[in-house]
Amino acid sequence: MRNVTKSYGRGESRFDALRGVSLSLSEGETVAIVGKSGSGKSTLMHLMALLDTPDAGSVLAQGRNAQELSNPELNRLRNSTFGFVFQQFFMIPSATVLDNVILPLKIAGMGARERKERGLEVLKQVEMEDKAGNRATALSGGQKQRTVIARALANRPRVIFADEPTGNLDSATGAVVVDLLFDLNREHNITLVIVTHDEDLAQRCDRRIYLKDGLIVDEVDSRAQVAA
Amino acid sequence: MRFGEIIRTAMGNAFRSRLRTTLTVLAIFVGAFTLTLTNGVGTGITNYIDSQVSSFGASDVMMITQSSLAEGGAFGDSGSGPTEYDPDRTVMSGQIGGPQIEALGPADLEIIRGIDSIVSVEPMQMASPDYIQWNDGTRFEFTINPMPAGSSLNLVAGTIFADDGDAAELLLPVSYVEPMGFSSYEAAVGQTVTIGVSDFMGTQHQVDATVSGVQEDTLLAFGLITSRGLISSVAAAQTSGLPPAMAELYPLVTAQFAGNADPEVIKSDLAAAGYTGQTIADQMGAINTVINAIVAVLNSFAVIALIAAGFGIINTLYMSVQERTREIGLMKAMGMGRGGIFALFSTEAAFIGLLGSAIGSAAAILLGTIISNVVADGPLSELAGLRVLAFDPISVATVILTVMLLAFLSGTLPAASAARLDPIDALRYE
Repeated sequence: MRNVTKSYGRGESRFDALRGVSLSLSEGETVAIVGKSGSGKSTLMHLMALLDTPDAGSVLAQGRNAQELSNPELNRLRNSTFGFVFQQFFMIPSATVLDNVILPLKIAGMGARERKERGLEVLKQVEMEDKAGNRATALSGGQKQRTVIARALANRPRVIFADEPTGNLDSATGAVVVDLLFDLNREHNITLVIVTHDEDLAQRCDRRIYLKDGLIVDEVDSRAQVAA
Repeated sequence: MRFGEIIRTAMGNAFRSRLRTTLTVLAIFVGAFTLTLTNGVGTGITNYIDSQVSSFGASDVMMITQSSLAEGGAFGDSGSGPTEYDPDRTVMSGQIGGPQIEALGPADLEIIRGIDSIVSVEPMQMASPDYIQWNDGTRFEFTINPMPAGSSLNLVAGTIFADDGDAAELLLPVSYVEPMGFSSYEAAVGQTVTIGVSDFMGTQHQVDATVSGVQEDTLLAFGLITSRGLISSVAAAQTSGLPPAMAELYPLVTAQFAGNADPEVIKSDLAAAGYTGQTIADQMGAINTVINAIVAVLNSFAVIALIAAGFGIINTLYMSVQERTREIGLMKAMGMGRGGIFALFSTEAAFIGLLGSAIGSAAAILLGTIISNVVADGPLSELAGLRVLAFDPISVATVILTVMLLAFLSGTLPAASAARLDPIDALRYE
């Protein structure tokens, strides 16, 4: 089994979004990054997802220093191991649900037939297969977020990064989406990183990391508590 | 992302804002349309001239004159004062007011024959007939032309004469047939016509010739094409009574040279011997230069239109990049490389260029074909075989590819700015 671990440290940033943070993720766990806006939680997620590079310190992915990876290697790593779920969905409005879902597969260079099969398979997982041909704009918020989760799942990622996944949803729909994410974690052993300011959502995660002004102020591991 | 996928996605993206793409395509359309049309005019006229040149004579023939004639020396350079009299020069006068011609005599012919690669030399005999007449009908003026070597003549009746003996034969142009009193083209074939010619004493002689065929009128080969036998008879009648020294002077001679010889080498050999040689291509070069210059001016207008269209592409794509900032960020987050994003947008630009130029060229070809058909049947029907607008696949393909290249180059600016987008900034973009 590949052990996905990320160590992270950072200091003396000009905006001091993060002022020296270290953490590691292990495969299959669920981690919540909790903090108010401006606490640096989104920056932390971007760094973990290799969308950004730290000013100081290093990010290790699968035991390799991300800064030593070339751009194409980095792109391939992001494409094949990460899935993204954003608060604002970020879908191509004019394209169909299926086309939105298979976008990462298209980027990976997968053949058209294989792509469609895989796309329908993940849509089935999120119970959206009957909407495959619909335009993305015609969906409700919950349906959009489920489509986005399907898109994140399409290339069988090891880690899913979710930035405020319930931010734009009412609580009932939000609960359905969150259940879906935790099901995926349980059934497919996908590591889940959730950035949120919602304490209820954070409580469901194995680990909670509290950020304030660019520093980790508290770290709670519910599994440890149960064991104790 | 695979290459085919990029092309397909770029094509799809081009149609996402349909109105904007259509307007940009329209701008390119205007440029490509004009460019194709002006090139069509160039091709059409050049084709026509080429075909006329081949009716004039073969490419292995050279017209040779004394150098001084070609340089205007017989007339005297205006800058260097009057030319001193040279008793050794033989000057023939043309018509009044026309240039004086320095003639070539038998000795010159021998020298020219001795030059490398020249296969045969034939003096151009001065045959200036007075009239042509059939069956005591109306007499018409005409000029005599020798049979162009290796030419392709368009006959409407009869056959081309063999031109190997002393037989006096000629081809009658279509426009002479009815005025001379023939009921049809076919009726003229085989008939004997009378040619009147005056000698230097003013006495008029008559020479008989047979019509072997009827020929389409052409733009450049004026007059009647006649057999060598007929030209000799007319020239003999014309020079009767003259002393041989006067009779054997020619304004120019035509020389046939070996097909594999370099005309430039022969020309420099001739120049060293004091003669000027000109191939048919040289003579037509001047006309071609003028036409090419006109086409170049017209083309430059089309290019200006295309440059304007290029800015249209830049604008369109910049707007697309703005609109799709998030989408670009998303694709980059999901592992699409800079190269892929760049290729996506520049391919979209090239596709818009292809669309505009293909439609523009197609419309130009359609319109050009209609125009040249109408013109060929109407105002220019006299000039058989003239297509004012002709489109050859290579020049049309060149236009399309040039426009695509221009579109691609215009697309590189917005494409580069899309490729530079930081995925995080792009995803935060509101």
